[in-house]
Order: sequence, then C-alpha cells, then structure tokens
Amino acid sequence: MEIFHNLVMGFGVAVSPINLLYALIGCLLGTLIGVLPGIGPVATIAMLLPVTFNLNPVAALIMLAGIYYGAQYGGSTTAILVNIPGESSSVVTCLDGYQMARQGRAGPALAVAALGSFFAGCVSTLIIALAAPPLAEVALKFGPSEYFSLMVFGLVAATVLAHGSLIKAIAMVVFGLLLGIVGTDVNSGVLRFTFNIPELSDGIGFVIVAMGMFGTAEIVANLELKENREIFTKEVKNLWPTKDDFKRSWAAVLRGTALGSFLGILPGGGALLASFGAYTLEKKVSRHPEQFGKGAIEGVAGPESANNAGAQTSFIPMLTLGIPSNAVMALMIGALMIQGIAPGPQVMNEKPELFWGLIASMWVGNLMLVVLNLPLIGMWVKLLTVPYRYLYPSILVFMAIGVFSLSNNAFDVLIMAVFGVLGYICVKLECEPAPMILGFILGPLMEENLRRAMLLSRGDPTVFVTKPISAAFIIAATILLIVVALPTIRKKREEVFVEEI
Amino acid sequence: MKIKSPKDFWSGLMFLGAGLFFAVWAAIFYQMGTAVRMGPAYFPVLLGGLLAVLGLVILLESFVAEGPPVPAFALRPLILLSVACVLYGYLMKPLGLFVATFALVVVSALGGHEFKWKEVLILYAILMLGSWLVFVRGLTLPFPLCPDFIANCPIS
Repeated sequence: MEIFHNLVMGFGVAVSPINLLYALIGCLLGTLIGVLPGIGPVATIAMLLPVTFNLNPVAALIMLAGIYYGAQYGGSTTAILVNIPGESSSVVTCLDGYQMARQGRAGPALAVAALGSFFAGCVSTLIIALAAPPLAEVALKFGPSEYFSLMVFGLVAATVLAHGSLIKAIAMVVFGLLLGIVGTDVNSGVLRFTFNIPELSDGIGFVIVAMGMFGTAEIVANLELKENREIFTKEVKNLWPTKDDFKRSWAAVLRGTALGSFLGILPGGGALLASFGAYTLEKKVSRHPEQFGKGAIEGVAGPESANNAGAQTSFIPMLTLGIPSNAVMALMIGALMIQGIAPGPQVMNEKPELFWGLIASMWVGNLMLVVLNLPLIGMWVKLLTVPYRYLYPSILVFMAIGVFSLSNNAFDVLIMAVFGVLGYICVKLECEPAPMILGFILGPLMEENLRRAMLLSRGDPTVFVTKPISAAFIIAATILLIVVALPTIRKKREEVFVEEI
Repeated sequence: MKIKSPKDFWSGLMFLGAGLFFAVWAAIFYQMGTAVRMGPAYFPVLLGGLLAVLGLVILLESFVAEGPPVPAFALRPLILLSVACVLYGYLMKPLGLFVATFALVVVSALGGHEFKWKEVLILYAILMLGSWLVFVRGLTLPFPLCPDFIANCPIS
C-alpha cells in the first residue's frame, strides 16, 4: 500500500502548524475573492506570486492551491444571493440558486453547494492520489517529440473547450505562442522582438500578462456595468436542507463529481467547463427539466460539485506532466519555477513532501472551507455590501505593487497596462483571453521541444506520427478538431455555452 | 462588399496584422536556419504565417456570416485605469510609495461612476497604511518611501 503510506506522509506535512496556517490563509483569501465579483483566482494568484518568493515551496503551493478551490466555494455564495457570479465558474449556479433564494430557500441552496463541493473535493483528492503516480511514470518516458505532440493536443483541447468561436480561439493560442517567444532565444542568444528594450530581453513576464488580461481588463469591463444588487441577506436562516432536498441532490452531486473530475483533467478544462457541463447533464437526465431555471436544487448541486472537482483534478496534468491545463495552473508552474523547481514528472520522486503534502492539504483545505462557509456565511454576505468603487482601486493597488515588486521596474507596470488594453479589446471582440495565456506559457517550451525533436530525427517531420505515443496525441488532436468543426456538433457546442447564460 | 460581422472583421484584422508583423519581422532580421537546426526565425515565421492565415479566414468570413456589432468601448475607465497604473510605476522611483499610491488611487477613482474627495482620501489613507505595513514592513519589499529630494527619510 504505497499510496496509503504516501498519503500518511502527505498528511504529516499538511497538518504541520505552518502549513495549516497557509492553507487557512489560502482558503480565506480564495473565499474572499470568490465572493467578490470582479476579481478572480488568476489575478489574485498572480498578485501573490512575488510574495511566495519568501515562503518555502510546500507552503507557497498549499496557499495558492487553496485560493483556487476556495474561490469555487465563495463564488457560489454570490451567485445564489446576488445573482452575480462571484466566479466565472458559478455562472450556472445563478440560474437555479438565485431562484431558490427568491423563494426563501437560500439556506438549503448554500448548504447543498457547500456540502456537494466538500464531497467532490474529497473524491477528487483521492483521484489525484491514485491517478498521478502512474501518469508521472508514463511521462518520464516522454521525449521531445512526445512532449511537443502532447502540447499540440493540449492546446487543441483548450480551444475546443473554450467558449465562443473555434477559429478565434485557435488564433488566440497562436498569438499567445508568438508573444511567448519574445526575448532571448536560448539556442542562438539572439534577442527576438525586443526592439532594443533591455527589459524585454528576458521575455514578457507571465504574471504581468495574466494580471493585465485578467485584472485590469476585467475591472474596466465591470465598471461599465451599473451597480445594481439585490441581496437576500435576511433569507439565510434555515441552512439545513430538507429530506426531499437531500433525496433530489445526492445523485446530482455524484454525477457532478464524476463529470467534473473528468473534465478537470483535460487540457483547457478546469472549474469553468466542469460547471457548464454538469448543468447541461443535470437538465438532460432530470425527470423534471421544466423546473430548471426556476429553482431546481439539482441545478445547484451538480455544477457546484463539478466545479470544485474540476478545480482540483486540473492539478493532475500540472503535477505529472509539468503542463498547465488552464491559466491558474500556468501560474502554479510559475510559482514552482520561482522556487527553483523544474515542473515535470520528476517532481513527485524528487520532492515527495511537496507532492503529497499538496494533495493532503487539499482535503484539509476542503474541510476548512465547509467550516468557513456555512457558519460564517453572514460575514461573507456583509462583504457584498461594500461598493465596487472602494474595491477596484484597492485591487489595482495590490496588482501594481505585485507587478512593480517583480523587479522594481516601472516598465513592467507599463506592460501590464498595455495588456490590460489588449485584454479589453479582446473581450469586446469576443476573443477569449484564456487560450492565449496557455499559448503564452507554452510558447518557449514548444519551440524548444520542436527543435530537439527535429534535431534528433535529422529534420524528418514524420517523427511526430511514427512514434506511437506522439502519434496518438496528434491523432486525438486531429479527431477533436474535425469533430468540433462538423456543422451539427459545432452548433451543439455553441448551444451548450450560450443557451444557459 | 459589406461587413456583416464587425466583431469578426476587426479581430480578423488584428490577427492578420499581428501574424504578418511577427513573420515578416523575423524573416528580415533573424536567421531562418534549416529544419534540422532551426534558427531563431523558424518558429516565429511558421506561427506568424499560421496566425496571418487564420486572421484572413476570420476576416473573409465576416463578409459572409451575420454577427453582432462591436459594443461601445468604455474609454474613460479604460484610459484612466491604465494611466493610473503607469503613473504608479513611473512615480515610484522619483517620488516614493506614498505619492505613487496617491496618484493610483485618485486617478483610478476618477474612472468610476461617482467620485467624492472625502471617500477617496479615506480609501487612500487605508491603502497607503496597508501597503506600507504589509509590503514594506511585513514582507520587506525594497520600495522607496519618500521622494528623492528628501535626503533623510523620516519613515522606514
């Protein structure tokens, strides 16, 4: 029972006082930004990256992970009580959660969301513990051609699963890849696209791009909306769901957990996709589909379990392959690199306390979150009464401090502002920023692996389809693209994302 | 020809322009190399070309398929927030954390729906104290606190 032994070791790491403290800080921060609309885990983690420099790697990762899954808990509170998604992955929770609140059943909605998330969190922690070691084992055998094809597959999957136009998502990925290679070329030492600006010779900082695209751009988009909130604070009395609620939601929680765990592992997946998928599934299998949108508890239980499961299983590709499946995981990789740890399959063997400690901390964190969320719900709700005009300058101050402290350089802040404008333009033109961020982080890695693979094969590009593992990735990517491009499925895919909002 | 989908038209133009720029710039200034030994231009030319083609397809499609218009840009918050961030960065070295934070808070607050000096000043006071205590005292980030021209900064 090696896994058992490893988990015990992981729990030993996770419950040490200092790590418990950082897990608590992460969960609190995550819930906080989850509750507050207009700031998400990407911007928050990006802001905190410079701070983690002073922490030890285990504590840093535990805290950052807590922010991501903590945000999934917090997001549901805002969705149910205010009908605004506190987090983008809670968009579908608004539909039925808010209706339940209007019927005076905010309490059960919140409780089911939290308990479902907790169950999903427990299961997906176990899934990570079981699935990660064999995957890392396989990944250790990967050469450059396998890695390149895997990244192609990952990027294709990310575009297929992004919402909106497929071709625009692909274009955004390519744009991101190109921006990612700005800086010194490692092979030749040539400065590429730096325009004689010394600050660009190390490339554009990922944190800066992420903060601009997801931070400033989001704030401007939020400022366009009028502040108009109707909060059902006083309705939160009876937290405990009725027997009937339990009967209706347990199957939805199970389905949501299963679907979310699966969708989280896919590249481009994660919490957002999981919640959308789960809502559609619940509507399909329900015997009363007409109740959806009118306060069906399954419509809260399914997606809320799914987004938490997805948030956690999306750690699997990051931990085992060193490849990010979404923007949050890209930041986690950034955090590892700040600590001088090269992400990849070797992390599990070289730093077992980091790997298993992080996994165990997720379970501990989920327990904390249930405790934080249910009894303290009143406190979180109070936060929602803080007007946005106080919040956004504060967020900007933290972002500016975070970016400036990266290298004490004003130029970095300028770049952040530029990407803020670009991100805003992209939002207006319906070009998703998430695929671009993925491309951005994978750009240099892809080029490096492409070069090595071609060097090894003496310039023969067929190497990508003659090696079996590599070929499997390429075929899978091609099939995905063809399937999605088919008119009938294309329509369906658009429906899945559009219909519900 | 009539543009039927303005969002696609402009995004297509953006991708086409960006792709062409990267590909042409790389092809002119950097070495191409061969497939076996790729030079610094190889990957960007490949990707830039791909991006330009994708952009062209999106652009052409915008003349065929109907799509919604581009919504109006909220220029005021966009410009003021960007300026606020840039000011913060460039005021930090000469004038110190407290002045830079003041500029950021006031200028960004101007981008909101309502602006009341009293509220903004209270917010500034809180954020200034917070960033000083947490980041300078707590996390010991090396930020300049006082303006350059004050030789002996009374605050540390």
